[in-house]
Amino acid sequence: MSISKVWVHVEAAGGKVTSSTLELLTEARKLGATLEGVYAGDDAATVAAQAGEHGATKLYHVDPGEMLPGVAAATAMAGLVDAESPDLVLFSQSYDGRDAASLLSVKLDRPTLTNGLALAVDGDSVTVGTAIFGGMTLVDTKFTGPGPHLVAIRPKSFAAESAGGGAAEVVEVGSVDAGRAGEALVLDRFAEEQTGPKLEEAEIVVSGGRGLGDEANYKTLVEELAKLLKGAFGASRAIVDSGWVPYALQVGQTGKTVKPKVYIAIGISGATQHLVGMKNSDNIIAINKDSEAPIFSVADLGIVGDCKKVVPALIEAIKAKTA
Amino acid sequence: MNVVVCVKQIPDPAVPGELTAEHTLKREGKLILDESDSYGVEMALQLVEAAGGGEVVLVSMAPNDEVSGLRTALAMGAARAVLVSDPALAGSDSLSTSKVIAKSIERVGDVDLVLTATESSDGYAGTVPGQVAALLGWPALTFAKHVETGDGKVKIQRQTEAGYDTVEASLPAVVSVTAGVVEPRYPSFKGIMAAKNKPVDAVTAADLGLGADQVGWAGARQEITNVEAAPARQAGEKVEDDGTAHERVVEFLENLKVI
Ligand SMILES: Cc1cc2nc3c(=O)[nH]c(=O)nc-3n(C[C@H](O)[C@H](O)[C@@H](O)COP(=O)(O)OP(=O)(O)OC[C@H]3O[C@@H](n4cnc5c(N)ncnc54)[C@H](O)[C@@H]3O)c2cc1C
Ligand SMILES: Cc1cc2nc3c(=O)[nH]c(=O)nc-3n(C[C@H](O)[C@H](O)[C@H](O)COP(=O)(O)OP(=O)(O)OC[C@H]3O[C@@H](n4cnc5c(N)ncnc54)[C@H](O)[C@@H]3O)c2cc1C
Repeated sequence: MSISKVWVHVEAAGGKVTSSTLELLTEARKLGATLEGVYAGDDAATVAAQAGEHGATKLYHVDPGEMLPGVAAATAMAGLVDAESPDLVLFSQSYDGRDAASLLSVKLDRPTLTNGLALAVDGDSVTVGTAIFGGMTLVDTKFTGPGPHLVAIRPKSFAAESAGGGAAEVVEVGSVDAGRAGEALVLDRFAEEQTGPKLEEAEIVVSGGRGLGDEANYKTLVEELAKLLKGAFGASRAIVDSGWVPYALQVGQTGKTVKPKVYIAIGISGATQHLVGMKNSDNIIAINKDSEAPIFSVADLGIVGDCKKVVPALIEAIKAKTA
Repeated sequence: MNVVVCVKQIPDPAVPGELTAEHTLKREGKLILDESDSYGVEMALQLVEAAGGGEVVLVSMAPNDEVSGLRTALAMGAARAVLVSDPALAGSDSLSTSKVIAKSIERVGDVDLVLTATESSDGYAGTVPGQVAALLGWPALTFAKHVETGDGKVKIQRQTEAGYDTVEASLPAVVSVTAGVVEPRYPSFKGIMAAKNKPVDAVTAADLGLGADQVGWAGARQEITNVEAAPARQAGEKVEDDGTAHERVVEFLENLKVI
């Protein structure tokens, strides 16, 4: 026996399939099974083109109406499972991905493995690799019951690569009746203004921590340097909890995982829960006044010094170079 | 309005975690209230107060009849608790845990709203809120950074990648709240004293009508096949700033061709 069909929960924003979905499709197509997507949202044709390019042959399209998209997608999946018999369903460890995995898990009475970093399929057995204790220990867990197996994978666990395929065939599911689960309605969407690249997609990420001293220094040191390098800015949980920056900027176990070409950590101690979100960056630069700070154990270049002196000098020097 | 808050009691996150021979988390020492759940407790107290009446009831599944974390939440002001503790629950996965929690909520009875954190600090599967809602057949409003109730409805601001969505549903419903949604109060001395006498309804899986095949190792339907230390990243060059360290950073960035 081997796995014959894999579904990916496809998410998109503004007509663009999310990078974590493309990562899942890329990894899933290596399994050699039939690969199909399930998508709740607008712009099905555009989404089908991108999903197809990354290996999906079919895209089941659900109209969520005002429902939460994860609820609509999971309800559609539950309705299709008997006829289509997927062996494995992959979700992103995202807001909607978690909604969808949780609901489907109950509808099918199947366990979920979440926070996956790696996926291994041997015959019909599926094993998921996760990290615990702030990334210090790796654990492999295998499903022992019948499929479909439900797995949520953390973004940036795999690289996204195009397979050069044509658009996936769109199969219209229409709207679904999710019962009371479908009563949670999206009344309104509010988007904060976004300047510069997204945190998870940026080549360069500059993050700040409590060592900045105060909120104003986040703007003048972290944001300023990030803008100069055309990168994105992030944060440790300490300053998110203090309300200096929104949660969306948090890097780490309970925030985002980033894997940029260069990660610059300013005034961040390097707790394991922070490291787990950034230690796979290609290059790490740390600026911290404490030479014993754990962040230096992962830094390719560590500067032991006061960030309020080093960073302004760095900003001036880069401005002078690029002027 | 009656609100149930799901509170997890966890090993102190400041103490390095350890696994047992069965690869479950060691939970032998004293357990504490997961800080993530203190936001739910505070939110529940505020919502009940705003509604002008009702009760905040805690539900927790924990080993060894642990009540330390529950007492903290009772001291904050919750009225009573249901504690599910049973050796048969060892090894439970998040779906089995959710079955236990959903049955406990049904046992509490007349409930309008259930609050959870978005994920716990020790397991952080992040699926329990959605699973509990689905088992109860209620809507799940997840990742709330603002919650209000009124007219038999709950309205939240749901965290998104871009900002937030306003999401509304009629009650009863399950809402998962993000850290920082409110400022949890410190238990007062009076609260701590009162908490000692507040009722804790201790139940087993069987009391909830759950069979041994639905919970614990059997219910989880998964097996840990390998545990190993993560490969460490090598530390590189370290420079003590003498007023010129920024030049080394510029050079480093130039070598990488990012400036
Ligand atoms: C490191 C680690 C990784 C794990 N990974 C998985 C996995 O991938 N899949 C899986 O099925 N199981 C997993 N488990 C087991 C699973 O975490 C627990 O069995 C189960 O209790 C779910 O807990 P959670 O904290 O992960 O839930 P989460 O979904 O993260 O919890 C969210 C919220 O639900 C409420 N809640 C959760 N548990 C309780 C409780 N016991 N009592 C009261 N309220 C509660 C709390 O409000 C909590 O903040 C893992 C356990 C550990 C220690
Ligand atoms: C369950 C759980 C989940 C968590 N999830 C996350 C997560 O997702 N992300 C995360 O980041 N954290 C997370 N944490 C918190 C984490 O453990 C740390 O508390 C947090 O990362 C610390 O943030 P910090 O480095 O900014 O602050 P601190 O640890 O206080 O470090 C500040 C650093 O700044 C340095 N400093 C001070 N002044 C200066 C100066 N003038 N110039 C240069 N350096 C200076 C200090 O030497 C120190 O090293 C989690 C914790 C738990 C328990």
